[in-house]
Amino acid sequence: MSTTTMGRAARSDKAAKPGKTPKAGAQSAIQGQGRVGKVFGYAAMVAVLLVIAVPLFWIVVTSFKAHDHIYVRPAEYLPIPFTPENYSDVTTRIPFAAYFRNSVVITFFAAAIKIVLGVLSAYALSLLRFPGRNILFIVILAALMVPNQITIISNFALVAQLGWKNTFQGIIIPLAGVAFGTFLMRNQFLSLPHEIIEAARMDGAGPFKLLWRVVMPLSWPTLVAFSLITIVNEWNEYLWPFLMSDDERTAPLQVGLTMLQNNDGVTNWGPVMAGTVLTILPVLLLFLVLQRQMIKGLTSGAVKS
Amino acid sequence: MFTVSSLAGRADAADSGAVTSHVGERRDPRVPFGDPPPRRAGRKGEWLLAAGLLIPNLILLVLFVYRPLVDNFRLSFTDWNISSPQANYVGFANYIEWFGRDDTKTVFFNTAVFTFATVVVSMALGLALALLLDQKLRGRNLVRSVVFAPFVISGAAIGVAFQFVFDPSFGLIQDLLAKIGIASPDFYQKPGWALFMVTTTYIWKNLGYSFVIYLAALQARRGDLDEAAEIDGASKWTHFRKVLLPQLRPTTFFLSITVLLSSVQVFDIIYAMTRGGPIGNGTMTLVFQVYHETFVNQRAGYGATVATVMFLILLVVTAVQVRFMDKGQRA
Repeated sequence: MSTTTMGRAARSDKAAKPGKTPKAGAQSAIQGQGRVGKVFGYAAMVAVLLVIAVPLFWIVVTSFKAHDHIYVRPAEYLPIPFTPENYSDVTTRIPFAAYFRNSVVITFFAAAIKIVLGVLSAYALSLLRFPGRNILFIVILAALMVPNQITIISNFALVAQLGWKNTFQGIIIPLAGVAFGTFLMRNQFLSLPHEIIEAARMDGAGPFKLLWRVVMPLSWPTLVAFSLITIVNEWNEYLWPFLMSDDERTAPLQVGLTMLQNNDGVTNWGPVMAGTVLTILPVLLLFLVLQRQMIKGLTSGAVKS
Repeated sequence: MFTVSSLAGRADAADSGAVTSHVGERRDPRVPFGDPPPRRAGRKGEWLLAAGLLIPNLILLVLFVYRPLVDNFRLSFTDWNISSPQANYVGFANYIEWFGRDDTKTVFFNTAVFTFATVVVSMALGLALALLLDQKLRGRNLVRSVVFAPFVISGAAIGVAFQFVFDPSFGLIQDLLAKIGIASPDFYQKPGWALFMVTTTYIWKNLGYSFVIYLAALQARRGDLDEAAEIDGASKWTHFRKVLLPQLRPTTFFLSITVLLSSVQVFDIIYAMTRGGPIGNGTMTLVFQVYHETFVNQRAGYGATVATVMFLILLVVTAVQVRFMDKGQRA
């Protein structure tokens, strides 16, 4: 369905380009840009930049605004007077440190388990030969087709029965099975040059040496991408921790943030925005550190020897 | 696991050493431990190793994905209320109620609009941006990072913050519209605008995913085909349609399924922005209804029914996608 629809949408979108610049379009391939194409390209880049960055700027600015400068028209785009008190306000009004700790614990353990299980499963499903391999792959992959929401009711009952409500294992373990990562890493492992694997085997590399010394170094970019996606997903996981946590014993930051939103009849946007910035910041910083590796990984993964 | 594999490896080396020795003639045969290793670990060894590697993951998936999938189906025929130890069998009563209820049409419509818009728009924009930022433009790395950045931000945090971005009285959108003399729509109170608000917010946040996947696919494309197209004097448009799109087909298929599945499951943004409202069910989607019926209205049986219906719809939609993919490949 969306394959074709999407194709059509993208086509018409792209069709607009040569339409505007017929000569440049006809003369140049994708690399060799005409001047009009270049101008269009830079204009599009600026537009994209604004659409993404302005709301983020607005969030940060609001978090530093004094109360009576938030509710004004026309809106003010600079926080004058500068009001960092919103930050001390939000960290004293909600148990911020506890929420933060919970987010870190949940993300770390869930991501670590998923990354290890994903790599091991993918290895078994791509480089080992055994009966039923394809069936097991389908069993794992099909889990992707099962939406969270169909499993929450029964999982909630099971976890409550185990007495795991308001515990970290109750949040982490039901989320720990990995289907997407298995799929991603298996594709990566299968794309490795056959000769290299065979050569390593002939050199007497056992399965784990093969994995660790040959397969993993060649798959580093994909692993980084997989890890980044997993960490981000676990950090951002909302519904399950939300159902499992009644308070700051296990509730992660995201859940704490919406609890804060609940507490006020009319949301007091200064402190709430400060809380939002503090929730966003750790994962954005992580992203800034890892993104270069990821983008480099994605580009170098494209160059096949 | 380590023990299993090394034991198996050693046994196989002994078994198949004679067979494989002519293949791996690399070591000096006089060195005692230089027995040529097997070309491939034997059947039993690999089977045991594979089992050891796969079982933890399989147990987790069976216990927390497949078991509840079946159990949910069972629950959908009961009147269970999530906390009581007892659930009574009620036959198809929940299903009959679902098909007869007034809000079903609204919820179904909301889900369809939200899902369709997010899948189509984020994939089309993601591809357009990938094509744009694959070109040699100065500053493209910065823009790449910026486009991808919202994807790493928590949906709940974005939902909370964007509630104020869309605030009809003091928000950012309101102010920008006022600058060009347009009064802001009431995103909080008008169901249609509220749905627009959550859909736009979701696309803003998740565009980076489609973009990054498409960009990676573009960079992995065959350069020789680009050159051939250039030599043949193909127009950009022809180049895109005949050379790039066919190469991107597997990526498009992959994205169409993953983006659909994740957008169908959105809960955090809707909960943070509207709690499913306004007017009761203005932005209520199927998944939000599952939560609402089960945990707010304490009707887990009915919630399970909604979940089952949603799952069946998803199965059909995905089957259609797969068919289209197959057809396209054969053509």
